Amino acid sequence: MQTGTAVERVFREEYGRLIASLVRRFGDIDIAEEAASEALVAALEKWPASGVPPNPGGWLTTTAGNRAIDRIRREKLRDTKHRAALMNHDDTPPDPTGPVEDDRLRLLFTCCHPALAPEARIALTLRLLGGLTVPEIARAFLVPETTMGQRITRAKKKISAANVPYRVPEGDDLPERLSGVLTVLFLVFNEGYLASGDGDPVRVELTGEAIRLVRILRGLLPDQPEVAGLLGLLLLTDARRESRVRNGQLVPLPEQDRAGWDRDLIAEGHTLVRECLAINQPGRYQILAAINAVHTDAPSAADVDWAQVVALYDQLTRLDDSPIVALNRAVAIAELDGPEVALALVDRLPLTGYHAWHATRAELLRRLGRRAEARAAYDEALAATQNRAERAHLEAKRAELA
Amino acid sequence: MTHYLMSVHGPAEMEDYGNYGSKEAMEEAFEATSAYNDQLKADGYWVFAGGLQPASTATVVDGQGEKPVMTDGPYLETKELIGGFWVIDAPDLDVALELAAAASKACRGKVEVRPFDGLA
Repeated sequence: MQTGTAVERVFREEYGRLIASLVRRFGDIDIAEEAASEALVAALEKWPASGVPPNPGGWLTTTAGNRAIDRIRREKLRDTKHRAALMNHDDTPPDPTGPVEDDRLRLLFTCCHPALAPEARIALTLRLLGGLTVPEIARAFLVPETTMGQRITRAKKKISAANVPYRVPEGDDLPERLSGVLTVLFLVFNEGYLASGDGDPVRVELTGEAIRLVRILRGLLPDQPEVAGLLGLLLLTDARRESRVRNGQLVPLPEQDRAGWDRDLIAEGHTLVRECLAINQPGRYQILAAINAVHTDAPSAADVDWAQVVALYDQLTRLDDSPIVALNRAVAIAELDGPEVALALVDRLPLTGYHAWHATRAELLRRLGRRAEARAAYDEALAATQNRAERAHLEAKRAELA
Repeated sequence: MTHYLMSVHGPAEMEDYGNYGSKEAMEEAFEATSAYNDQLKADGYWVFAGGLQPASTATVVDGQGEKPVMTDGPYLETKELIGGFWVIDAPDLDVALELAAAASKACRGKVEVRPFDGLA
């Protein structure tokens, strides 16, 4: 049983790399996925008796590769001979770390191709690189399993039929595609950091995978400040993860136990933010990282330099004039100019379907002593979120007003 | 290499100068498209291309029954119909999309890129 769990853990850790190298080698996502699951079955059969091999990733890659070749030979695909010929020439040894990471990145750029619908890009990334099952992805996005299954199947079919290339684009295409890739990784992280479903409030397999992929991206594109910015943002956010849920309740930033924050991640995040400042090409993620740097710089919640936070949000607004940015800016304004000014800003925003908008209104109304309105706003916020830790927090706050 | 159909869609009802607005605009588009075609041939992507007569010249034939049934006009009632197309052979979708962008610029229309399932 112990080995069974170990197999699953190794498999989960290795999944993205395994799939990416199989897709590179066989040029077909379906073949890669089936070979990977056959390798898992083989590992579950063998490892409990023989023990986990010294290089489990290499074992899985070799086994899956052999299974894929078997399958291609077995099935009388139209182009069997062509594929088999290719396979005989492919004497690629099990990859060492460097090029393998490149495989994952290539697959990430394939998943984020602008010819695919944005929602399909995220789903496919979660499936192929995060190793999430279709039901898990469906739950995370609150859509029926069949819908998500169709979305993923359709995207995979388009990649294969339309011959979407497996490569990291060069030159002119890179900035446009990079921004799509960064958006997807940011969303994957956010989904993990405040899961939308009613399962685990925080999903470390998602936050971890997002950080891992941004690190790979950063290794390949060291001169892109937005990549550094996103990595800084994710690290500074993830550093607070342990303090963010207490007794099953979400703890807002000002009330968090700062001693529980991960100092190593914070130090690394601050270094990245300083690096971005030196490059001086501000972008969305760099500014968000800088905002998080201000928070993590302050020894206590009372010491946060709110004027600096508001100034950074002003800068962000010039780049991204979205209601979500305006909502976050209003939260900082509340600390600087008081809840009344902030509430006037918040009330103007078209975010009635967004749980954070209701939660922010509720908090501001509570501070203004408008108890009945605050209670109603907490109810609206509760209706709009399924995350258990967030619900527990909102319910506790609402109960204080009863 | 993959074969792609690049189709241009336009209004079902054609005005005097198609959807170009004026004679000059139409001539400019034709010239640009002709130059684009030459480039496509020179670069080795060209398979086949053609503009189509208005959809009102179409006839639908249903030969599934005992005797074929002919119907005047296009198969679908729609505001937009295919006006012309290219068939290209490109190494991958990225190349096809680049060619489609140039095609769209030349012919002054939106271009749909769709891979072939097979060619006889």
